Amino acid sequence: MRKFIVSLAAVAAMAFGAASSANAAGGVHSPQEKWSWTGFFGSFDKASAQRGFQVYQEVCSACHGLDLVAYRNLDALGYNEAEIKAIAAEATVIDGPNDEGEMFERPAKPSDRFVSPFENENAARAANDGAYPPDFSLLVKARATGHGNIPYNFTQWMAGRGTASGADYVYALLTGYDDTQPVAEGKYWNAYFPGHAISMAPPLSEDAVEYADGTPATLEQMSRDISTFLAWASEPELEQRKSMGLMVILFLVVLLGLSIAAKRRRWANVKK
Amino acid sequence: MSGAPAPEFKNPVVRWIDVRLPVFTYIHNEYTGFPVPKNLNYFWSFGGMAMIALIGMIVSGIILAMQYTPHVDYAFESVERIMRDVNYGWLIRYIHMNGASMFFIVVYIHIFRGMYFGSYKQPREIIWILGVIIFLLMMGTAFMGYVLPWGQMSFWGATVITNLFSAIPVVGDFIVTLLWGGFSVDNPTLNRFFALHYLLPFVILGLVILHIIAMHIAGSNNPDGIDPKGPQDTVMFHPYMTAKDLTAIVVFVLAWAFFVFYAPNYMGHPDNYIPANPLSTPAHIVPEWYFLPFYAILRAFTEDSFLYIPISWLMDAKLAGVLAMFASIALLAVLPWLDTSKVRSCRYRPVYKWLVIVFTIDVLFLGYLGGKPAEGWYVTASYWATFWYFLHLLVLTPVVGWFERPKPLPASISKPVLDAAE
Repeated sequence: MRKFIVSLAAVAAMAFGAASSANAAGGVHSPQEKWSWTGFFGSFDKASAQRGFQVYQEVCSACHGLDLVAYRNLDALGYNEAEIKAIAAEATVIDGPNDEGEMFERPAKPSDRFVSPFENENAARAANDGAYPPDFSLLVKARATGHGNIPYNFTQWMAGRGTASGADYVYALLTGYDDTQPVAEGKYWNAYFPGHAISMAPPLSEDAVEYADGTPATLEQMSRDISTFLAWASEPELEQRKSMGLMVILFLVVLLGLSIAAKRRRWANVKK
Repeated sequence: MSGAPAPEFKNPVVRWIDVRLPVFTYIHNEYTGFPVPKNLNYFWSFGGMAMIALIGMIVSGIILAMQYTPHVDYAFESVERIMRDVNYGWLIRYIHMNGASMFFIVVYIHIFRGMYFGSYKQPREIIWILGVIIFLLMMGTAFMGYVLPWGQMSFWGATVITNLFSAIPVVGDFIVTLLWGGFSVDNPTLNRFFALHYLLPFVILGLVILHIIAMHIAGSNNPDGIDPKGPQDTVMFHPYMTAKDLTAIVVFVLAWAFFVFYAPNYMGHPDNYIPANPLSTPAHIVPEWYFLPFYAILRAFTEDSFLYIPISWLMDAKLAGVLAMFASIALLAVLPWLDTSKVRSCRYRPVYKWLVIVFTIDVLFLGYLGGKPAEGWYVTASYWATFWYFLHLLVLTPVVGWFERPKPLPASISKPVLDAAE
């Protein structure tokens, strides 16, 4: 049995080593930040996510969509029904056709998805000098390129850090601008963007928003908050997943104990 | 293998059915009365684990298919609807996504066990060949499944892999057009891949049943690689192996659950959370991890590769790479005839034992290289690792079989080496 476990572990470690090598492609690695939702018991910091949502609404949503998230999903961040209705109603959606066959505008409802700032990709590019501001719904997951070398990366994933490296990247990018560095016309130098020349002007500056809860809106604070909000938008199931996982793993550990006992008892009379 | 005679069934309903359709006699003969060598170690549980993985994949896959839309405009979004709006959709999808990796892990270990303990040798050649075909079908199924979410890696992976077939002389372009259902990877491609991805698992299931039937004819091999001499060498499959396999399967499900709940995206690629865009090529197109060793072999045939130069007069490098990749799997099917040794288990093969271990490391190393960009020392290393892969199968395996002096085999499973030394 012991030999089996050792050989299994060795094979598994090598297989996963190969697996993570596929993830390790390219780019400057963002420094690791501490986030509330990592680990086996992690959950989103609701206050931070709400502040991040405010940053999204007041700053980012001018260019970046959130196509896969519906207004009703905001209840997971602690907004109540009336608040969600009010938030949705600020946006306008085109609905129809009505009985006369006409399309019409109406305020968004909680069941609608977040309304995108642009009609389509071409409109977004036309308004942004040809650059396309990516949709935010899966940004953190799509930028989770890992944490560095293969063994370290492996241990971080096994410790339940998950796609937090994507949030690290968002945070690093937002705080990584440096206007003293030379860069092509119409681009901005950023320490963490692949190639360093990003089309997005530094989106956040001190006190870009006034937080409802009175938290000082420093660049770092806003960057942390929006990263938290985007991590939630990417993996809204995370809290349910982790708490269910705990029950499943506990159940399986008990089942393992029982099955080992049953196996030993059954094999007790078999001579080697 | 002859088991104990079927018991008289006490339950009259069971007896009534069994006379007309002897399923109960069959179950008794093949499980309760099926003797297996008593010295099997936990490596022999990986077949059972693979069966659990296959069933888990089929069940979760059917549920996903109820919610998924195979259309280029809706596929990505329908997968995200499963993740966000379908009750426990994220659970089903993560089970399926990680299940593919778990299935490959246990199948790779299952194959390693077969190679190390000589389970492919006479009289189990057909079991082994069926296994290689199952492995090939698994690769096809997994590849087509990876295309379905229609992310960036889905699209570009599909483009790269289907394009390989264009290297085949004369019929290559025809095959590629047939795979695509058009002139590029597009909606018809997604539709046929979905249809085939639903079909092939059931073909695999059929072959698995044949694989098991054939195994029940010859009986299980064992770590000593010698045939059981009588009942003192065996235990009944049920309840002994079922009790043992259950333990192994629980460990397997634990590992699977860990990934589903705590690291569901570890074995995937982040770019697949970006919707497919035919106008923007990702910086590195990488296949799923379980294809990486074969991907490395494919890429080892470049214009200036020492593997390619001797055959450069015959074909172009792309065709050579494609042929080598398929040959690397096809050669496994003829392993029973490449291996000239009469001794099955590497326990009694002092030289070949190390060759199998080095071969395993070589395959893992190829996997590592397959995940790296084709530049610098990675390229040279993949030439040599590919060279060793084929050297092992085509030269070392037959030659060592002729010259190696095996250790003395035990007289029987119950009487270990002590007696054999007499």
